[in-house]
Amino acid sequence: MANETLKAGFDKYMAGVEAKLAKNPERANLEPNRLYTPLDIEGFDYEKDLGFPGEYPYTRGVQPTMYRGRFWTMRMYAGFSTAEESNKRYRYLLANGGSGLSCAFDLPTQIGYDSTDPMAEGEVGKVGVAIDSLADMEILFDQISLDQVSTSMTINAPASVLLCMYIAVAEKQGVSADKLRGTIQNDILKEYAARGTYIFPPKPSMRLITNIFEYCSKNVPLWNTISISGYHIREAGSTASQEIAFTIADGIAYVEAAIKAGMNVDDFAGRLSFFWNAHNNVLEEVAKFRASRRVWAKVMKERFGAQKPKSQMLRVHTQTAGSMLTAQQPNNNIVRVALQTAAAVMGGTQSLHTNSKDEALALPTTESVTIALRTQQIVAYESGLADTVDPLGGSYYVEALTNKIEAEAWEYIKKIDEIGGAPEAIAKGYIQKEIQDSAYKWQMDIEKGDRIIVGVNKFQQEEEPPKNLLRVDGSVGKLQADKIAALKARRDNAKVEETLAALEKGCADESVNLMPLILDAVRAYATEGEICGVMRKVFGEYQSHTAL
Amino acid sequence: MNIVEGVLNHSRLALAKAITAVENEYDNAVEIMTAIYPHTGNAYVIGITGPPGAGKSTLTDKLAKEYRKRGKTVGIIAIDPTSPFSGGAILGDRIRMLDLTADEGIFVRSMATRGSLGGLSQKAGDAVKLMDAYGFDVIIVETVGVGQSEVDIVKTADTTMVVVIPGMGDDIQAIKAGILEIGDLFTINKADREGTDKLNIEIEMMLELNPEHFGWRPPINRTIASKGEGIEAVVDSIEEHKAYLIESDQLSKIRKARIKNEVTAMLNDRVNRYIDKNVVATSEFDILVEKLQIREIEPYSVVADIVGKVLR
Amino acid sequence: MSNIRVLVAKPGLDGHDRGAKVVARALRDAGFEVIYTGIRLTPEQIAEAALQDDVKVVALSLLSGAHNTLFPKVVELLKEKGLTDVLVIGGGVIPDADIPGLKAAGIAEVFTPGTPTGNIVEFINANVK
Repeated sequence: MANETLKAGFDKYMAGVEAKLAKNPERANLEPNRLYTPLDIEGFDYEKDLGFPGEYPYTRGVQPTMYRGRFWTMRMYAGFSTAEESNKRYRYLLANGGSGLSCAFDLPTQIGYDSTDPMAEGEVGKVGVAIDSLADMEILFDQISLDQVSTSMTINAPASVLLCMYIAVAEKQGVSADKLRGTIQNDILKEYAARGTYIFPPKPSMRLITNIFEYCSKNVPLWNTISISGYHIREAGSTASQEIAFTIADGIAYVEAAIKAGMNVDDFAGRLSFFWNAHNNVLEEVAKFRASRRVWAKVMKERFGAQKPKSQMLRVHTQTAGSMLTAQQPNNNIVRVALQTAAAVMGGTQSLHTNSKDEALALPTTESVTIALRTQQIVAYESGLADTVDPLGGSYYVEALTNKIEAEAWEYIKKIDEIGGAPEAIAKGYIQKEIQDSAYKWQMDIEKGDRIIVGVNKFQQEEEPPKNLLRVDGSVGKLQADKIAALKARRDNAKVEETLAALEKGCADESVNLMPLILDAVRAYATEGEICGVMRKVFGEYQSHTAL
Repeated sequence: MNIVEGVLNHSRLALAKAITAVENEYDNAVEIMTAIYPHTGNAYVIGITGPPGAGKSTLTDKLAKEYRKRGKTVGIIAIDPTSPFSGGAILGDRIRMLDLTADEGIFVRSMATRGSLGGLSQKAGDAVKLMDAYGFDVIIVETVGVGQSEVDIVKTADTTMVVVIPGMGDDIQAIKAGILEIGDLFTINKADREGTDKLNIEIEMMLELNPEHFGWRPPINRTIASKGEGIEAVVDSIEEHKAYLIESDQLSKIRKARIKNEVTAMLNDRVNRYIDKNVVATSEFDILVEKLQIREIEPYSVVADIVGKVLR
Repeated sequence: MSNIRVLVAKPGLDGHDRGAKVVARALRDAGFEVIYTGIRLTPEQIAEAALQDDVKVVALSLLSGAHNTLFPKVVELLKEKGLTDVLVIGGGVIPDADIPGLKAAGIAEVFTPGTPTGNIVEFINANVK
């Protein structure tokens, strides 16, 4: 009855608007409806669709009090040049109110090459810190107590090696593995689909991942063993719905692999974490965060029968969208990042990295990183956005958008199930193609003027080339080469050979958990390239099959 | 640099430029091909075709590597369709074949179909001859089995292989008529997928019905090209087919037919172009068409008349 | 008919291929024949692919900061192989300060973030030999 009156009122409103439109037309290309009312969320059931924070289906957030108790972890992704340089930046960030570390490794480290490998030419220390052995890792965390800080590491194909290095550094500090808190990204599927730092073929890669799940559940219980990442899928050009759909499909594949390896879902699912992008459209992003929690909770409860609440919670780290930074008028990026931060906070993220204004041009300077960190602090302490739980819950628009994104995500998940799961959908190029189509459409929309990016295709102005960009000089490669040479001269090379031989044997036997063997090699100061070299030898290398 | 000398002296750059010359119909193309012709006829030509997504490129890549292991040099021509909308093309096969670039014994060339009137068969045939003259032992021509001109290209190979994958559903019916009958051998790729046995039976049944393969029963191999599985057996089958062709004296017959086809196509092409230029593109022809439209004249006499004049 | 062939390539270890793929498609839609190599190429692989496919243009994309090493290396290898008239262009996260050096090394033009694909098409059409 109420709805009928409302419907009549709504029709009257729309008819009334019609007359006005002739004189004052609306902007073109507006996707949302003009106005949202209860009509758009018909059948809305508070208890079923939202529930209370910290309760199934976690739409409103995974903790009961969210930011009223403690703010999200302000975790700035950093790392460049040598371990010495990066250690300085980490200690600066911690001293200035950063509450966790996030390590960026250079590409040779991410792809399992030593800095001296010919494939590493030109790349050493460029997009992150160069780590070749435990010796570098010791320097990276010098004067940082690993029982006091949580550390996130963006490392995938060689995640096992870097995690073992972290464990070994902790041992030297007298910190036992069960005290370590942090995350390894460890999400190989999105590397095949969107990010590109794969090494091994899918099967041994999935084995390494389940080895890590199993090892950590017993030895490093507070560690987040994977950060299933939509961030890079979004950066590669996907839509919001695709971001969460493809990522949750990847998550389903990991859970299935672990169950197939004999693990009980509730023994590892609580340590799975996610990684979202905070993009430009604030309200769409808030809806995306909310929808993703609801989808994952249902997946875990209904599909996998997970009992523990922790297993059903989608806990998420967020980074603001790097691809939305513009090289033009870089100061505008500060505003973009602030809005993206607002979206992530209203969306209920557990931790956040904010990008710096100059990252479309180079790695950020200390000054620009500081502004990015301050942006989070301003949102936390001044904006009021963090003062109540899920502040947009109940907004007709946001609830309708949450429903829409959830429905689109289910549609994709269903399609991927039909194809045979995420690994198969990636092998067939389906996911890549969907992402590419979205990326191409985005670019064409900008070029046609259907989408406005301030300073890029509207409000352009002549500007001076920006000054004071961070430069990583070319000598890092040489420095690392010297360090490796010195290391090889002083370490016990017989011990290295022995541990590598044991690892090779273990790789060939699928029933062996490789983590203890990798840890032994790391402790003996085998280099990352040596360890990954052994695995490359046994496992082979993945070759991409990208089609356009 | 003299391109012909370059090709004959194993200059990769000269080979690349020579293929461009025939592909773009540069002025020197005929001259190059004329000089090259006596040096051809030595390579063994393998055609590979199959529906999109069958993994032909990956398979080609693996076959080439297997041939390299057996001491043979390999030239590859990978043909991809031109977009009918823009005239552009994405020649994506490079992605799979890149690790072959480090090997001097391998040369990979992409070609776009550039529409059906571009004389693709002839251009691909010329590219094969250039690689042949350069001295490659084996030349693989790989193309999607969708258009007639693509099928024509692989049909003229010494050995033609059709690649299929399980789970194509009704697609197999659609392509059956087109490409299944041209296969000297069949490869079921992605053979770890469901439906492999069923597909195997279907192909066997089709071969039973096909009387053209007297004396040679096309073998059906199974591969998982992405993992390199089953590749050696495919090369063995190709070599067996080659041995059969030689023993049964079929090879020279095939090649004779190929030459006949080629020359016929060249003639047709030349005549077509002549007619396009000297007949169709003239104002007299427009007038004829107008008269035809109002039924003042009829086409049969018009054609007889023109043929009489042109082919005097 | 002489269609312009373009090799779109990603040297180095950088996996960010969104830009390269968008450019490859845009060039295809502008009527070019595009050979896309995928990620993680050595300069040698790029130069050899450019030779075998006899392309007129090599378009390099790199976001990792290794451009000052890898772009000039590609140009050098192309020359070594006798490909003297190939137009080499680059794009990615490249600071303005690096552009003069890259141009001096033989990169004809550098396209930074925000460049409309139409500009790349125009540049190729105007400069290809």
